[in-house]
Amino acid sequence: MSWVSIGSMTDIPRRGARCVETPLGKIAVFRTAEDRVFAIEDHCPHKGGPLSQGIVHGAAVTCPLHNWVISLETGKALGADDGSVRTIPIKVEGGVLFISLAVAADRAA
Amino acid sequence: MKLVIIGNGMAPGRMLEHLLESAPGRYDVTIFNAEPRVNYDRIMLSPVLSGEKNYEQIIIHGDGWYIKNGITLYKGHKIVAIDREAKTVTSDHGVVEPYDKLIIATGSVPFILPVPGNTLAGVLSYRDLDDVNAMLLAAQSRAKAVVIGGGLLGLEAAAGLEAQGMDVTVLHLMPTLMERQLDPAAGYLLQRAIEDRGIKVICKANTKAIVGDKKVEGVELADGRIIPATLVVMAAGIKPNAGLAKEAGLATSRGIVVDSGMHTSDPDIYALGECAEVGGHVYGLVAPLYEMARVAAAHLVDEGSTAAFVHNDTPTKLKVTGIELFSLGDFADGEDRHEIVLRDASAGIYKRVVLKDNRIIGTVLYGETADGAWFNDLKKKQVDITDMRDTLIFGQAYQGGAPLDPMAAVAALPDDAEICGCNGVCKGKIVGAIQEKNLTSLDDVRAHTKASASCGSCTGLVEQLMSVTLGDAYNPAAVQPMCGCTTLGHDDVRRLIKAKGLKNIYAVMQELEWTTSCGCAKCRPALNYYLVCDWPGEYADDYQSRFINERVHANIQRNGTYSVVPRMWGGVTSAKELRAIADVVDKFNIPTVKVTGGQRIDMLGIRKEDLPAVWADLGKAGFVSGHAYAKGLRTVKTCVGTDWCRFGTQDSTGLGIRIEKFMWGSWTPAKVKMAVSGCPRNCAEATCKDVGVICVDSGYEIHFAGAAGLDIKGTEVLGLVKTEDEALEVIVALVQMYREQARYLERIYKWAKRVTIDEIRRQILDDLDKRHGYYDRFVYSQNFAQVDPWSERVSGLHKHEFKPMATIGMADAAE
Repeated sequence: MSWVSIGSMTDIPRRGARCVETPLGKIAVFRTAEDRVFAIEDHCPHKGGPLSQGIVHGAAVTCPLHNWVISLETGKALGADDGSVRTIPIKVEGGVLFISLAVAADRAA
Repeated sequence: MKLVIIGNGMAPGRMLEHLLESAPGRYDVTIFNAEPRVNYDRIMLSPVLSGEKNYEQIIIHGDGWYIKNGITLYKGHKIVAIDREAKTVTSDHGVVEPYDKLIIATGSVPFILPVPGNTLAGVLSYRDLDDVNAMLLAAQSRAKAVVIGGGLLGLEAAAGLEAQGMDVTVLHLMPTLMERQLDPAAGYLLQRAIEDRGIKVICKANTKAIVGDKKVEGVELADGRIIPATLVVMAAGIKPNAGLAKEAGLATSRGIVVDSGMHTSDPDIYALGECAEVGGHVYGLVAPLYEMARVAAAHLVDEGSTAAFVHNDTPTKLKVTGIELFSLGDFADGEDRHEIVLRDASAGIYKRVVLKDNRIIGTVLYGETADGAWFNDLKKKQVDITDMRDTLIFGQAYQGGAPLDPMAAVAALPDDAEICGCNGVCKGKIVGAIQEKNLTSLDDVRAHTKASASCGSCTGLVEQLMSVTLGDAYNPAAVQPMCGCTTLGHDDVRRLIKAKGLKNIYAVMQELEWTTSCGCAKCRPALNYYLVCDWPGEYADDYQSRFINERVHANIQRNGTYSVVPRMWGGVTSAKELRAIADVVDKFNIPTVKVTGGQRIDMLGIRKEDLPAVWADLGKAGFVSGHAYAKGLRTVKTCVGTDWCRFGTQDSTGLGIRIEKFMWGSWTPAKVKMAVSGCPRNCAEATCKDVGVICVDSGYEIHFAGAAGLDIKGTEVLGLVKTEDEALEVIVALVQMYREQARYLERIYKWAKRVTIDEIRRQILDDLDKRHGYYDRFVYSQNFAQVDPWSERVSGLHKHEFKPMATIGMADAAE
């Protein structure tokens, strides 16, 4: 699996998100209150809302368009809604974040 | 017939309610109140002191009630003389009022220890709202306080002062606390609970002097100890205030002597309340005082009435949050008495029932008081308890067969069982009212029956009764929780943020026991707003708790692009501004430009990354953010008024611009849209706005609480003011009241419906102190709110919001 560096954890505010532009589309990278990080595609399964713009709470994000709540761990919609987004492998080494697009690309293929 | 009442406490207030109900219009009523205010619930002073309630919430009769019932109320007038020959009373301001019937309800005065230093500044009693306000002021110093007296009042005062952050010591002359209501065992448990809160308790403390030079510095005890204090509260008891009656030659003893019909020794003069003495007893708890009120009203309506006051023991409850305490009747040891005691040390429970001839004569419950009403009922009816003696102490649920659930226990109560001790309301009356009047909410039941409307300690019982009576039709969780993270409603959260001094989101979640680690998308924006509103200058706005639009100061659109609306004060623009907008539209290829309903220009379809550059160009032309995305002040729409219009009566454009320049940047519970029309033709459509002004020849008609969205609703008229300055002041105060009270996302019209138009009018138009208070708080908070968010971001603030973290090319991805 090949990892690509995308910047450091402190580039993202706690309980916030940043985007990474990739050939496969935008990826949203999240940092929780407890400094856990997650990466998912920045595209709500409901109507394609930019999840990176939502409010981050626990290990979940609420989509800014219609308030779907998406689990950052599984990419699945929580509560009564049904749907899921792809999760992207992410790791932290010495405060630097790496994602792996190969897997994402495979899945997309 | 002319009825004059001296005193405006809870007893005469209740008497008037009875009188107005059974003989409306019989009497022309005038009240003299030495306190400069209306009738409020004195039982609730302790929650006001601890910060759990405020004055507005404990008013029983607002100004409107007196007006509606044609009652003249002299506030701040103390009666100094009664002339029984001439049948007149005279106030300290020189008002002389004749009467046919007179009621003396002068209440009681605090007992002030006759020790040196008792008049020093910083020595207070605990009787009325002025005392509470003085204590709250003193508490701001977070310094040391001494409360003299470990009875009901003293302990409530101590708990309240402690809640306000003071270091409190209670001095009590007797060996155990509340010795008149509690036996020593319960007194000990109580002392431990009080000490657990960080309040020091010294029993057998004999106060010798209050020391200090001009101001209180400490309390000296007979054993020589000195307890340092900057505030001393005397709560060592009360005595009936019978001085005025005595000077008028009426029979007095400890109080004003009355017969069982509340007549004094003068047939045209009645006395009731804490100042009255009936059958050798004087009273301080509300239930017997309300009974006096009922009896006095009956005699005023019908001189031959047989209504008579009968002595009854009243249960005592301590109103200190977290301490459950119930005491009733006589519980001293004695030869002819038996007692049953239950103790559970680890659970902090102590129960004792005192029996004489197999009948209950006294009860003390500590830690678990749910059976208080049941024991009270058994005692009142003198029930022979022989058959249930073995299980009596376990309470009603354990009588006869399997344990009952609480609901069944309430269902099993007889119809004449007393539910509300304060107001003497029995089960049958409540059930009857629920069924006859189709009551479905607790507030309705309070309004119709008065049950749980005074001290509120029977609220749980009343709710259970509603469940039993209505079945599934009653939803006991009448308070809608804020969200799934808490059981508290918005109002409780707002109140507790203030009362507990919670100044960041984590403190709120910790102290109010949120069930999630960091909230959700519903509660976080609400909490952020409450903290921004309540602690201006102290609370650091938490942008991660704001909805995206407020975080990036633009409106997100369905495709993830944004729209931008610059501010155009009062809807007025110029060639220069329009040119700048046109240039921005060209430069950034903005696909749509549209005029909004609030007289602004909206540029739609801007990419997020372009926002700072768009704002930079707009900023150069003098534009600031139009806050079209904010739960805050949006737009003030205007017509051209006297500048151009042949019908205009005032400078509506100028006023609109002035309001907008004064108020922009303020955050509010939901969006606030305003308009100013220059004449009643109302071209600015002010009568469907959150706040609107209709200019007329004689001034400015202030409107509010309109809606033209999901709901359509014309505005209510707040009132007419003469000058532009006053119009601005009233509007600002109104919006601040809304900011402080409304629930997040609640528009003005919904908030106004809840708190009532009359109440808003009373606070904003009639009460100048209130109005100025709101106004000043708004102005203060604007110091921190009136910053253009666009120029901040052009200068680099939050730049992480607008740029991707990284861009990964094809080569990287394919690796």
